[in-house]
Amino acid sequence: MAATQKEILDGLAEIVNEIAGIPVEDVELEKSFTDDLDVDSLSMVEVVVAAEERFDVKIPDEDVKNLKTVGDATEYILKHQG
Amino acid sequence: MSKIKPSQGAPYARIMGVGGYRPTRVVPNEVILETIDSSDEWIRSRSGIATRHWASEQETVAAMSVEASGKAIADAGITPEQIGAVIVSTVSHFKQTPAIATEIAHKVGAGKPAAFDISAGCAGFGYGLTLAKGMIVEGSAEYVLVIGVERLSDLTDLSDRATAFLFGDGAGAVIVGPSKVPAIGPTVWGSEGDKSETIKQTVAWDTFHADRPEKFPAITQEGQAVFRWAVFEMAKVAQQALDAAGISPEDLDVFIPHQANMRIIDSMVKTLKLPEHVTVARDVETTGNTSAASIPLAMERLLATGQAKSGDTALVIGFGAGLVYAATVVTLP
Repeated sequence: MAATQKEILDGLAEIVNEIAGIPVEDVELEKSFTDDLDVDSLSMVEVVVAAEERFDVKIPDEDVKNLKTVGDATEYILKHQG
Repeated sequence: MSKIKPSQGAPYARIMGVGGYRPTRVVPNEVILETIDSSDEWIRSRSGIATRHWASEQETVAAMSVEASGKAIADAGITPEQIGAVIVSTVSHFKQTPAIATEIAHKVGAGKPAAFDISAGCAGFGYGLTLAKGMIVEGSAEYVLVIGVERLSDLTDLSDRATAFLFGDGAGAVIVGPSKVPAIGPTVWGSEGDKSETIKQTVAWDTFHADRPEKFPAITQEGQAVFRWAVFEMAKVAQQALDAAGISPEDLDVFIPHQANMRIIDSMVKTLKLPEHVTVARDVETTGNTSAASIPLAMERLLATGQAKSGDTALVIGFGAGLVYAATVVTLP
């Protein structure tokens, strides 16, 4: 069953917490991965791969650079999830 | 039909000795920061690299190789004349012909062995090792000198803040010889030519042909794409190499991945779920990324510092431009 926006946000928060050590409550839709959450370009790849597995979605390299905020990633997953 | 006599090889092959050469000049991040807008902290956090070695004019591809080979030959306990073949993997020897392997073979005193260069980027050591194993088992050489050598400082764009800090120079060599027991596992190797643009030389040599002023070639890469491929796809290949050799992670003593970037190494270890007891090569911190030379250089340092010992079981995996990869399990010399 497809995940809701809330489920995706919660899932991303757990992933970002595990990979970058950011408290889950800090992971909010308007937050920028790099500027606000200190997720650098390589950690972003790890976040993306973990999100792919968790939400059964493919996020190609060329799309990763467009995912600037947590909201961007949530929207992308919502739209492309299997 | 006449009967052709078959060649007689050894039952198995093993790495008998290893040697390395690191150029004298140590280059800290401060020097890199003279040409790019970055910081020591940024470079360390993205790559784990603190220093690298850059070759002087005298530390040529051949000179570094000869030094590393001399140590490998001594470590193996053979004489140079016993070497039947010399395989050199490099992308930074700037003469396409003749192969640098012949000059190196001559200078190490190997007489008239078969000698040739291969081009397999950062997977070059594994490719060379696999060829050497085949030659020994098939019987066309008893002892093979395999060298990975690079002067990547010559192919570094010092104004590119994504790569200027990455590369280093050096040579690593091994002697591969006959063995009564299996000591080099099956190689899991391959290429992904659909990703040939992911890591590449910026311009081809023939662009200099027509008086077109071009910036000298350098190696460039798509960092995120390389990182994803290296960590997640190469972890699968590493696992396949373990499976092919019948070695469980618990049986493994040492992991020597290509020293591309500390972040790649850390993430691979995590993805592979390697047990705590496995010693992981982290030579990249002080050697940088030396492409084909990185695995034998890291192997030599682990043995020299006592972090690994002769007889240990090691998983080695190289991966890079092509994209190409090669992984296998070996017994350390």
